[in-house]
Amino acid sequence: MSSPIISAENISKRYFLGRSRDKSDGIRHVLESAVRSPFRWLREHSLRTAKSQEEFWALDDVSFEIKQGQVIGIVGRNGAGKSTLLKILSRITKPTSGRVRLKGRVASLLEVGTGFHPELTGRENIFLNGAILGMSKAEIVHKFDEIVAFSEVEKHLDVPVKRYSSGMYVRLAFAVAAHLEPEILIVDEVLAVGDVAFQRKCLGKMEDVAKGQGRTVLFVSHNMGMVTRLCSHSMLLDKGRLTAMDSTETVISRYLSNGGELAGERVWSDPESRPGTRKLRLLSVRATHSDGKATGIVDIRKPLYVEIHYEVLQELQYGRVGLRVSTSDGTDVFSSADISNEDWRSRRRAIGRYVSRCEIPGNLLNQGIYMVTVAADTPYVETFFVEQSVIRFEVEQTGGPGSHDVDKWIGVVCPALNWDVEVCTAASPVGGSDNGR
Amino acid sequence: MSNTLQSRGTLTPELVIDASSVDRQYWRDLWTYRELFYFLAWRDLLVRYKQTVVGIAWSFIRPFLTMAVLTVVFGKLGNMPSAGVAYPLLVFCGMLPWQFFSTALSESGNSLVNNTNLISKIYFPRLVIPASSVLTSMVDFMISVVFLAILMTWYASIPPAQIVLLPVFIFFALATSLGAGVWVAALTVRYRDFRIIIPFLVQFGLYISPVGFVSTIVPEKWRLLYFLNPIAGVIDGFRWCILGGEHELYLPGLAVSLITATIITLGGIWYFRATENEFADII
Repeated sequence: MSSPIISAENISKRYFLGRSRDKSDGIRHVLESAVRSPFRWLREHSLRTAKSQEEFWALDDVSFEIKQGQVIGIVGRNGAGKSTLLKILSRITKPTSGRVRLKGRVASLLEVGTGFHPELTGRENIFLNGAILGMSKAEIVHKFDEIVAFSEVEKHLDVPVKRYSSGMYVRLAFAVAAHLEPEILIVDEVLAVGDVAFQRKCLGKMEDVAKGQGRTVLFVSHNMGMVTRLCSHSMLLDKGRLTAMDSTETVISRYLSNGGELAGERVWSDPESRPGTRKLRLLSVRATHSDGKATGIVDIRKPLYVEIHYEVLQELQYGRVGLRVSTSDGTDVFSSADISNEDWRSRRRAIGRYVSRCEIPGNLLNQGIYMVTVAADTPYVETFFVEQSVIRFEVEQTGGPGSHDVDKWIGVVCPALNWDVEVCTAASPVGGSDNGR
Repeated sequence: MSNTLQSRGTLTPELVIDASSVDRQYWRDLWTYRELFYFLAWRDLLVRYKQTVVGIAWSFIRPFLTMAVLTVVFGKLGNMPSAGVAYPLLVFCGMLPWQFFSTALSESGNSLVNNTNLISKIYFPRLVIPASSVLTSMVDFMISVVFLAILMTWYASIPPAQIVLLPVFIFFALATSLGAGVWVAALTVRYRDFRIIIPFLVQFGLYISPVGFVSTIVPEKWRLLYFLNPIAGVIDGFRWCILGGEHELYLPGLAVSLITATIITLGGIWYFRATENEFADII
């Protein structure tokens, strides 16, 4: 099978911003302009011009080829065009230009439980959802028991799904989708739901589908661990462009190295706008790995450095510069200041530029988006600045070789802790020396 | 899961997706998705009377009450001519196609918007959605036909020979409903104004169309114009087929109605196909 099963040639997709709400599109306006100047209206509408509207290219000249049996990950920041690409491949929307050739049945799973009706029972929804996803009735009947077994909701099959717990709902929905047998399967970030045990089961099923049955799978996820585990090759989208298509490892490291939209750095270049007082002013804040380059994407395993650059304008004693890290939902994770360093606890800071660098160890913060607030003051005396959420970065699970921790652990932090396991009641009571420490 | 029992046609033809709105596959796809079409109609029927006390009986109660009101207003208070049949029977024959048309129009008009989640997440020929709404209304229609049969037995009314032509008029009603329905469905995606316009139109239509009265009360010189409303033609046809008697078929009027209906239906499908590609983007 050397010829590609999917080949995309220069596909682009344009959206008009605010199109549906634009006043030039309201029915009153349309009628009004059609009545007032019918010829101009006809001319304009036949040409479909949209000159006054702001356009936005969700996909910009993307070309690639995928061979049968390949499992391709698609990574990129939010708004990079991943979902648009999937929508075009699954024929939900048409490209503005370019073309795609597909050789095989496509099934897309852009959402778990599309078309589920809350009033219908689990049994009825299996049929409805199956039909929506493109299965024939005979096919659904044939796989019905398998689907039910996979979903683990046997007991509640005749209860309306609106009475299901969200976990049951997701399990049932995924069970239907998992039994699709298309040549090309397109999966958006649907595994982000459900409990950990079920996620593992789904992942296993997907591996089965991809590796065991030789189907072509396109898989979008923000979970780099899942992408690494499932996909041999990946493509990286950035602002609608395909910036890389290579082995997953290469693509992910490239993705993680340029943080994209997350603000890993904030610089106040205009001296007038710099936060602070006559004594001390903030210059910039950034998050870096050990390479010193600002990044918004942080590898969970590596230490992260937050650098606060500032300028001391009048000699300062007992001053301190600190930061507070909080999660995207506003929970404060910790706060710290540079006087933790004994050398600087009461040391004078002469006039000049400084950088206070805080090392946040690897394997501390959990996956997720964090914000950093920075502040400088002389405790109990004077505050120079407090700048809320100046940078935002995302800690990502990379999995890495040998890692099985593809799921997010519960909790704000995710430290790598040492565990020790002892056998307390050994079967043979011969020696006590091998488990004593 | 080794499930290789299902051997499907492995020779899937190459599918080309590009910007052009012409899709050679479309009608074949529509056929492939015929099961979805039944499933959606089945869903709408199942859901309709869930958690209601009277359930399916609503399908009888609604037309019955409307019939009673129209009979009192037009027959008793308005004292309108009934062309030699019991007034309730006359009204019910008019209501049969009218109810079908109006529910089909409102249901299919809203159908795309109500299924936004499907449209933005799954591909299938979008025509399936309004068409399945029309199918759902067809079920109500069938229930009403049963009701009519009971009513006719009650009034000991014997249908004339031309009843065999009734399927033709049912098809006429079906095509008109589908045509108008897809127009409104496609327009509602872009202009939600139609969600407000349609209930309004349906309310008016009941009085404008010859539901509660016979079309012969319309003055001769306006008659032809009156039949620009395709439902007027349908209703006349129904009465002629079912009641016979003094109900003559006004052929020029019927022709006008047929022409309007054809224009509406073909135009509706054309407009739907032309705008369908952007439904997912603007809905």
